[in-house]
Amino acid sequence: MQAALPEIWQWLEDVPDPEIPVISVVDLGIVRDVAWHDAVLEVTVTPTYSGCPATRVISMDIETALRDRGIEEVAIKTQVAPAWTTDWLSDKGRAKLTEYGIAPPSPAGGPDACPRCGSAQVERISQFGSTPCKAQWRCQSCLEPFDYFKCI
Amino acid sequence: MTDQDALFEYLLRLGDNTLILGHRVSEWCGHAPVLEEDIALANTALDLIGQTQMWLGLAGEVEGQGRTADDLAMLRDVWDFRNVLLVEQPNGDFGQTILRQFLFDAFHFDLLTALSRSRNDQIAGIATKSLKEVTYHLERSSETVIGLGDGTDESHRRMQSALDLLWPYVGEMFVADDVDTALQTQGIAPDLAHLRQSFAARIADVMSEATLTIPENSFAHAGGKTGFRHSEHLGHLLTQMQWLQRAYPGATW
Repeated sequence: MQAALPEIWQWLEDVPDPEIPVISVVDLGIVRDVAWHDAVLEVTVTPTYSGCPATRVISMDIETALRDRGIEEVAIKTQVAPAWTTDWLSDKGRAKLTEYGIAPPSPAGGPDACPRCGSAQVERISQFGSTPCKAQWRCQSCLEPFDYFKCI
Repeated sequence: MTDQDALFEYLLRLGDNTLILGHRVSEWCGHAPVLEEDIALANTALDLIGQTQMWLGLAGEVEGQGRTADDLAMLRDVWDFRNVLLVEQPNGDFGQTILRQFLFDAFHFDLLTALSRSRNDQIAGIATKSLKEVTYHLERSSETVIGLGDGTDESHRRMQSALDLLWPYVGEMFVADDVDTALQTQGIAPDLAHLRQSFAARIADVMSEATLTIPENSFAHAGGKTGFRHSEHLGHLLTQMQWLQRAYPGATW
């Protein structure tokens, strides 16, 4: 018997992002669709950044997780358009990012507050950071540098 | 030239620009003057190479001969590349690299903005995605050109000589040939003359803030995007970039 789709979405909630393991691939908003085509489960994934090396690992992790649950045929479909946007990040994902020390994306173009001390006095160090999706910022109150998840 | 041939050529131009510049910029990895710049350059290179996979992947599909993005990147020789001469120019010092980046980013940003409205859905999709990344590239390179141009006497001098050196490579990006015209007529690609206007306005603003003088000479080198005559630098670049596939044909991870 084929697993029901809501259950499969639940399973995917347990697949962590390889670079930011506190959030799942579902929180990240890159799993766009899950559908059965006869005996094949097709999972549609939209990459975050074009060159992000994590994308391939994510597809592999999704496939492995689903096989572990007994699904034999999994097809990962990469979909470029509509382009991934940080608006697809779940509220749960945003909260987990902050807790982990990464400021979540903000339409204002910069973090609302330092994820460590909560101060709004923050400054940008660079548009680029440790992974394609992050920028480097610094708190002017506690002086700690921190990652900001870029808004795209 | 059939529509399919023109589209294939056009996609090679898009993909070869991002591939060759991506490779050039990656040469800085581990060598940049400060850590933040090293990270910024590596990220920029990564984005460009990611975009290459999409453009050359689509080029291979359009060609219909079974060539993949990797085949196109690693198994063609100099005369088959369709990138503009600007992106194959050597890195020089950090100022020269950043100035080359800014000139390309300014062109790239306007081009992708126009292509995101292309009548070809696949091109529009890739352009929309790439534009999000290139927005950051342009922001960073503009700020850095301004910081270094309007910096110390030494940084100003180096930025001005980089601009004098690279300016003759700007014109080629905006010269339309049969391929450009064919795609423009079909609503796939934009009018390059129109693109040049917004480019010129942006360059003038940034250079004025950077206290740099745009050379008056409008001479433009040509031959990169048509493949007619690349500069000697491209061959040297390919010997490094393609070495592994040439030495161990078919090698995979």
